[in-house]
Formats: sequence, C-alpha cells, structure tokens
Amino acid sequence: MLDAKIPAGKLEEKWNNYKGHCKLVNPANKRKLEIIVVGTGLAGASAAAALGELGYKVKAFCFQDSARRAHSIAAQGGINAAKNYQNDGDSVFRLFYDTIKGGDYRAREANVHRLAEVSVNIIDQCVAQGVPFAREYGGLLNNRSFGGTQVKRTFYAAGQTGQQLLIGAYQAMERQVALGNVEMFSRHEMLDVVMIDGKARGIIARDLVSGKLERYFGHAVVLCSGGYGNVFYLSTNAMGSNATAVWKAHKKGAFFGNPCMTQIHPTCIPVSGDHQSKLTLMSESLRNDGRIWVPKQKEETRRANDIPEEERDYYLERRYPAFGNLVPRDVASRAAKERCDAGYGVGTTKQAVYLDFKYNLINKYGRTEASKQGIHNPDQETLIRLGKEVVKEEYGNLFDMYEKITGENPYEVPMRIYPAVHYTMGGLWVDYELMTSVKGLYCLGEANFSDHGANRLGASALMQGLADGYFVIPYTIGNYLADEIAVKPIPTTHEAFEAAEAHVSERINTLLNIQGTESVESFHKRLGKIMWEKCGMARNEKGLKEAIVEIKALREEFWKNVRVPGEINEMNPELDKANRVADFLELGELMCMDALDRRESCGGHFREESQTEEGEALRHDDEFMYVSVWNYKGDERMEMLKEPLNYEVIQPTQRNYK
Amino acid sequence: MEHYNMNLTLKVWKQKNSQSAGSFETYQIKEVSSEMSFLEMFDVLNEQLIHEGKEPIAFDHDCREGICGTCSMYINGRPHGPWHGTTTCQLHMRAFKDGDTIVVEPWRAKAFPVIKDLMVDRSAFDRIIQAGGYISVNTGVTIDGNAIPINRENADKSFAAAACIGCGACVAACKNSSAMLFLSAKVSHLALLPQGEIERKRRALDMVAQVDKEGFGSCTNTGACEAVCPKEIEITNIARLNREYLAAGLAADK
Ligand SMILES: Cc1cc2nc3c(=O)[nH]c(=O)nc-3n(C[C@H](O)[C@H](O)[C@H](O)COP(=O)(O)OP(=O)(O)OC[C@H]3O[C@@H](n4cnc5c(N)ncnc54)[C@H](O)[C@@H]3O)c2cc1C
Ligand code: SF4
Ligand code: FES
Repeated sequence: MLDAKIPAGKLEEKWNNYKGHCKLVNPANKRKLEIIVVGTGLAGASAAAALGELGYKVKAFCFQDSARRAHSIAAQGGINAAKNYQNDGDSVFRLFYDTIKGGDYRAREANVHRLAEVSVNIIDQCVAQGVPFAREYGGLLNNRSFGGTQVKRTFYAAGQTGQQLLIGAYQAMERQVALGNVEMFSRHEMLDVVMIDGKARGIIARDLVSGKLERYFGHAVVLCSGGYGNVFYLSTNAMGSNATAVWKAHKKGAFFGNPCMTQIHPTCIPVSGDHQSKLTLMSESLRNDGRIWVPKQKEETRRANDIPEEERDYYLERRYPAFGNLVPRDVASRAAKERCDAGYGVGTTKQAVYLDFKYNLINKYGRTEASKQGIHNPDQETLIRLGKEVVKEEYGNLFDMYEKITGENPYEVPMRIYPAVHYTMGGLWVDYELMTSVKGLYCLGEANFSDHGANRLGASALMQGLADGYFVIPYTIGNYLADEIAVKPIPTTHEAFEAAEAHVSERINTLLNIQGTESVESFHKRLGKIMWEKCGMARNEKGLKEAIVEIKALREEFWKNVRVPGEINEMNPELDKANRVADFLELGELMCMDALDRRESCGGHFREESQTEEGEALRHDDEFMYVSVWNYKGDERMEMLKEPLNYEVIQPTQRNYK
Repeated sequence: MEHYNMNLTLKVWKQKNSQSAGSFETYQIKEVSSEMSFLEMFDVLNEQLIHEGKEPIAFDHDCREGICGTCSMYINGRPHGPWHGTTTCQLHMRAFKDGDTIVVEPWRAKAFPVIKDLMVDRSAFDRIIQAGGYISVNTGVTIDGNAIPINRENADKSFAAAACIGCGACVAACKNSSAMLFLSAKVSHLALLPQGEIERKRRALDMVAQVDKEGFGSCTNTGACEAVCPKEIEITNIARLNREYLAAGLAADK
C-alpha cells in the first residue's frame, strides 16, 4: 500500500535514471492539460513558472493579495548548494550526508540525494533570473556558513534571501501570466480537494473578497501551501500561514507523514507579553558571528555588558567544542532551554539567553577591515566602528528589526533570544515523485514531509522549495499526465464538484451560526498553549496523553461557543481565521498522537524518557527507523502505517557534535 | 527600555466594500502597552469589538516582520506612521503616548480601490511586473552562476533596489498617486545587472506604458515617496528610470 517508488540502481544514479526513463507529454498535449497549483511561495511560484514554461495550463492560488507576499518572502539567512565555490571540501555527497545526519537519520536517502544534486542548478537558475546574491569584490558569489555543517555553502542576499529568491520566482511566474500560460488567483483560499474516480481533479476555493465559493478543475493538483507551525499560535511563521490545504487533502485520503516533527528555532526574539501575536526570528546566520552565553551565576542582576568575560558561560562552545555555536537547531534550542530551566536565564522573564556580537565585531570584522584599510594597531573604538560597518552590510535589516521590536541596540548590547516554533518537517506523505497517496495530488515545499527527517538544517528549506518546484515536479508530473492526455476537462457541474462545494458551504454556515461568546483568537491561543507546553521542545507520555484529551475538549467547545462576526458573502477575515483554526484543532491532536507513538528522541522530537546521561537525544533505530504515516479513516479515526527507512549508503550513528 | 501603558482614541476608516461610502469611526482603547506593535494594538481592539458584538476592523497584514509588504495603514497622515524606514507592522506603540488620538486610513489612490475598511486592491502592481519586470529565462537552460561576475558596487545597488516590498506607500504618499518609485526600483534592480541588459529597453517602455494604463499619476519630483518608503528606496532610481526610458525611446524612434 505504501510504495515510495524509489527508482532502482545506485543512489547517485537514481535521479538521472528516472529522468531518462519517465514518460513525457508532447508539447501539443501539454497545452490541453490543466494543473492547479495551490500556493505561490518558493515551491508554488517556481512550480507554476516551470510548468507554465513547459506549456501546461496552470491556475495558481494564494490567499495573500499578491503572489509575492507568500511566507517564503520572510526567509532571512540563505540557501544551501553544493557548489564548492569556497574550495573547502564540499560536494553533492557531503551536502547529502549533512542533511541526512542533521535530520537525525529519519529522512529518505534517495530524496535527499536528489535534493543535493539539483541544489547546484538552483543557484545558476536564480542568478540567471537576476537574484542579487551577495558577492565578493572580485565579482563572484559569496557564501556564509550555517549550523550543522563544517563548510561554507550558504548563498545569501543580506538578511533577505527569501525575499530575493521569491521575487525571482514570482517574476518568472508573472512572465508566464503575461504569456497566458498561468492564471493567477490571489485572495483565494482553497477549502477542499475534489476527487473523481479516485483521482484529484480540482479544488473548491473561496474568493476572499466576495466570499463566494468557486470550483476549479485540474488534471492534477499540486499543493505548495507551506508549513503548519502556527498550530502553536506563536511561531515565526506569517500570521496567515495555515494547514487547511493539507488538512483537507488529508481528509480526502492523502496520508500525513511524521506530523509531530516540528522545528524549534534557537534564536528568536523572546515573548514580551500576553499581547504577543507572533515571534520574530533572528537568522541562524547570526550564530556565525555571534556567541551565545548566559551568566555563570544564577539570578544574575548585572547588565550584560557589566558581566566580565570569566563570569560568562558560553555553554554551546563548552558542551560542543567541535561545532560550538554552529550545532544544529534542535541541539541549540534544547541547550538554551536547559540553561533557562536551571535558573540561568536573562531578561525580565528569565526565558532568554544572550547572543553577543562584540567579539566578532572587533576580532573578525574589525581587524580585517582595519588591515584592509592599512590601519596599524587600531584601538578598540576603531575596531568596533569598522566592525559595525561590516555587520551592517551583512545583517543590517536584522539588527534594525531587533531594535524596532525591543527598543535595544544590538550593536551595543547583546541580543536576548529564546527558541520558538519555526518550521514543520512533517507534512503530507509523498513518494519519490512528490505525489501523495491520492493519485494526481502532489505536495511540494514545506507542506510535504520529504527531505528533512526529524530536523531540518538551516538554509535547506529554500533549497528544497525551489528544487521541488523548478527541477523535480516538471519531470514527475509528466510521468503521470502522460496517461491523462485523453481526459477532457471535466465540467465543474459534475456531481463531485457539487458535493464538495455543498460540504464546504455547510461548514462555513455552521461556523457563522454558532454565535457563541469566545473569539477565534482566544481558541487559537489556548490550543497554542497546550501544544507548546505538552508537544513542544520536550515531550513525555503523560503530557501528550493529557494534551490529546485537552485538545478534544477544546475542539468541542470551539464548535459550541466560537463567535464569528460578519457575513458569508463579504470579505471576512475572522471567518477565514475560524476555518483555519478549526483545522489546527484537529491537526494538533494528530501531532500529539504521533509524538506519543514515537517513544524515542530524534532531532526536534525530544521524548524525556529517551535521553543519554548528558541529556542528549537518544534514538532507537531498532524500533523507530520509520516514517509514521497517518491515514484518516473518517469520523476522527486514524490508522498509522509505517514506511521503513532502509539506508543503503549511510550508516546511522548517534549524532555527535562534540 | 522603560515600558508604560497608555489610553488612546482611535479614529479609523470603516467602509463595507468597494461600492459603499466609508466614514470614520471613533474607538477608545485602554491599557495599551508600549511594548506592543501597532498591529497588536489593533488585535486587542478587534478582540474588544468582537466581545462587544461589534464588527472588527479589517486590515491587511501577514509577515509582521516588515518584509511581505502586506500591511498598509495611513497613520496620522503618513503611510506606515511616524517612524522612518518602518512598515506599519514594525511600528511599535512606544511611538505614542498616553492620551494620544491616532487617525488611521487606507491607502488612497485611484489605482488602489478600497476593498474593505483599511484593505485596498494593489493588483495593479502585479500587472506592472507582468508588463516586463523580469528576465526572460526558462528554467534549467542556464550557465554556471559564477560564469557571470558582477562588480560589487552594481550588485549592491541592484540589491538595494530589489529590496522594495511592493507595499504601495510611495503611491499613497504622493499627491499625484505616482508609482514611479516602485517602478524605478524594479527597472533599476534589473538594469544594473548584466543579465538584465538584453531586455533593458523594452522593459522600460512596456512597464511605463502599463503604469499609465493603471491610472497612476505622473511624477513631479516632490520626493514624498522616498520620505515614507519603509525600505528606503532612493529617489535616484527614478532618475535612472528616466534615463532608461529616454534612451529606450530614442532607440525605438530610429
Ligand atoms: C522567519 C523565517 C525565516 C526563514 N529563513 C530561512 C532561511 O534562511 N533559509 C531557509 O532555507 N529557510 C528559511 N525558512 C523556512 C522557509 O522560509 C520556508 O520553509 C519556505 O519558504 C516555505 O516555502 P513554501 O513555498 O513551501 O511555502 P510558503 O512560502 O509558506 O507559501 C505558502 C503558499 O501557500 C498559499 N496557501 C496556503 N494555504 C492556502 C490555501 N488553503 N489556499 C490557497 N493558498 C494557500 C499561501 O498563500 C502561500 O502562497 C525561514 C522561515 C521563517 C519563518
Ligand atoms: S518603493 Fe518603497 S514605498 Fe514604494 S512599494 Fe517599494 S517599498 Fe513600498
Ligand atoms: S505585515 Fe508584512 S510587511 Fe507588514
């Protein structure tokens, strides 16, 4: 039943073999085939552009007012690629290996190897589109380093890499819009998948301006709807990021892979109060240049700059000398939590640690700049001034953002940071072709589960989104559509469209008619609190069991007592939110069930029952070397299947960053 | 940073949809923390309104990190409010003090019709990009990234222009509702790179033609756009656009 369709042959030959043998659709037939792409982030915009260029008729959807505003726009630090431009020993194999290891051996070898292979094409593509990556004075591309690796392979555009990559993909897609190959529907939200004879054949979407439900046919449907970190209410995701598209697909038969795998990012601006609506990331690239520390003394009251060097605990450098501040995210997050829980936290809430740039401002950047400018024996002040200029160039917008939010100047005082929900490795289960368990329904980007196992390495989500959209789906979808060329567009008066629309309409009506007393927001906050406390950075059996009961009760209360103001046939942001939160209330429970099943620690999933003496995550490969694949059986019943992970090339070991 | 709480009066534009006429509504909001963002203050107000059984205020927002360009409030007569180089979502309440009255309106421009309350339709910007805001390369048929060295100064300038978030504050600030700063940022981003060279002329002509078609006004160099742009896009880009346009026009005449 679960066939990942991994091509036979040697790992490094699989993708080439696949491309050499998959079925093709000729240009005349492509024009007759319609593809729906839900989402215009890096995955969706790149897929829509590439498929449009091939000649398919594409309809693309996003809920924002413009495709360019998808959440990918907010990605900061960079994108990985195995170019080895730094001549520091990088290769396709090394990127593959780092990703598998970083993912704590819970990702598929074949998918990850393909990702590493196409990573090099992505950079070429983006440069050709005019993405203004950072460059050296010699005119060539520059790199920085990210966590979980020992090479410099991350391409970037200051702290706005996602923005620049997305604008590249957006422009490529708008070019196809102008050419008539892509039709764009912004301010539209997909609310169901339409199935005909066991295949995905369209969607029901709501025009968010008029409130009307609309039907769209496609020979295939490609979901690129992003991650579901907002289950936790507070996360680094954009406010609108949601799980509705994948959740609806799940309920129509698409399996859900590893739902509990969530990434908690170590460096975010801490919560300041109850009003908090989201958390802001401070890019991982800052860990390159910043050192993380807490005071050695508990309940420290001195200001950061008044604490002398020898009274600071650079705990990452102490615990992990080989990787230091650049350990993977899950390790860094847990270490921060450990220090704060032990009473060494800083700031008013004591739920924060310092990220300090002074050392590198002076030593790394200040000194290089001084020597470049021929200043001998520069004093401390000169070093700081010169260092600041370089840091401004590298990270300017991030430092400004920190100052706007906190009112503190991070050039002068260390940043205060704390872990926050950031990314979901879990997502719809897909096979090697990125097809879900529903025929003709694909899933790309953060929305699928495929490449990051139990923990994603920094700068690899952008890589995956663009790999999926530009370089994988154009081949794999052809392999399916080649057999669909005889299928005429199905009129949306078909009974399956009728039924799907009626179902959506009924639910919206129910939501509006409850007219209870609690706002959608308050339910979302309560769900987030349960998830963060019981399915967050540390999980245990008791907590997870409680969470499942609590979420069920909360969901019941929601359907009895939520208050959604406004009307159906109008712009109604509260209704949009209600639809999304209703789905989060179901997905949250599944995440807890999955976390409960996995009685091992791996990557971002830390089960307190399974740790080493030093408090490191302890995997159990004998029992849990599988992807958990959840099948929705109707009426809130779930069944779990297992996709075994067979490693042919890499020998899993306990990760060691010491 | 010292934190404080404040009580505020808000005068907010309410408009049911694009067809109806709108008007200001006045709201009182208490105990606003100086640590809140401006949009978090709106969240709190909306929660209050829902509890009172009233209609919440519709406004556009998404990333809340100053990068997606969705948020778009005209605050006390200035797009994105009082802080320089800052989007509405990054504006924080410590910019205000106890007892203040804050007036909030949507962008106002013929080419940006109001959809509801503070939300406007900015799809004209997408159509301007469709007219030529790209480099025509198909996926997969490219050369090695490092085969095109680019002088760092131009790369940096191009990046600075590409930082535009398409928010439309420049249009909202301009008495003529001109879109020149937005347009010039895109033309500069691409014209400063060797990859963009080939389509340079056609791009300038086609994009300018689309801007005119969308009903944006003409540029009279008042500089109001640059003053409010949250990404500090420089007005020198408009001069570059004019040069590009002129050169393209001359070439086309031949
Ligand atoms: C602050 C931040 C910084 C990051 N920095 C980095 C980084 O430096 N490097 C890195 O590799 N990764 C980074 N990431 C992760 C990365 O940005 C995301 O994983 C990635 O951009 C996701 O892209 P996507 O295309 O899958 O989805 P998204 O960009 O989230 O796009 C989702 C799209 O789906 C649409 N959509 C969703 N649901 C529906 C629906 N029901 N109907 C219609 N449309 C819908 C949305 O409108 C949107 O267009 C960062 C993430 C965050 C939060
Ligand atoms: S130029 Fe500035 S104000 Fe105008 S759309 Fe771009 S970012 Fe906004
Ligand atoms: S909400 Fe994204 S820029 Fe303000």
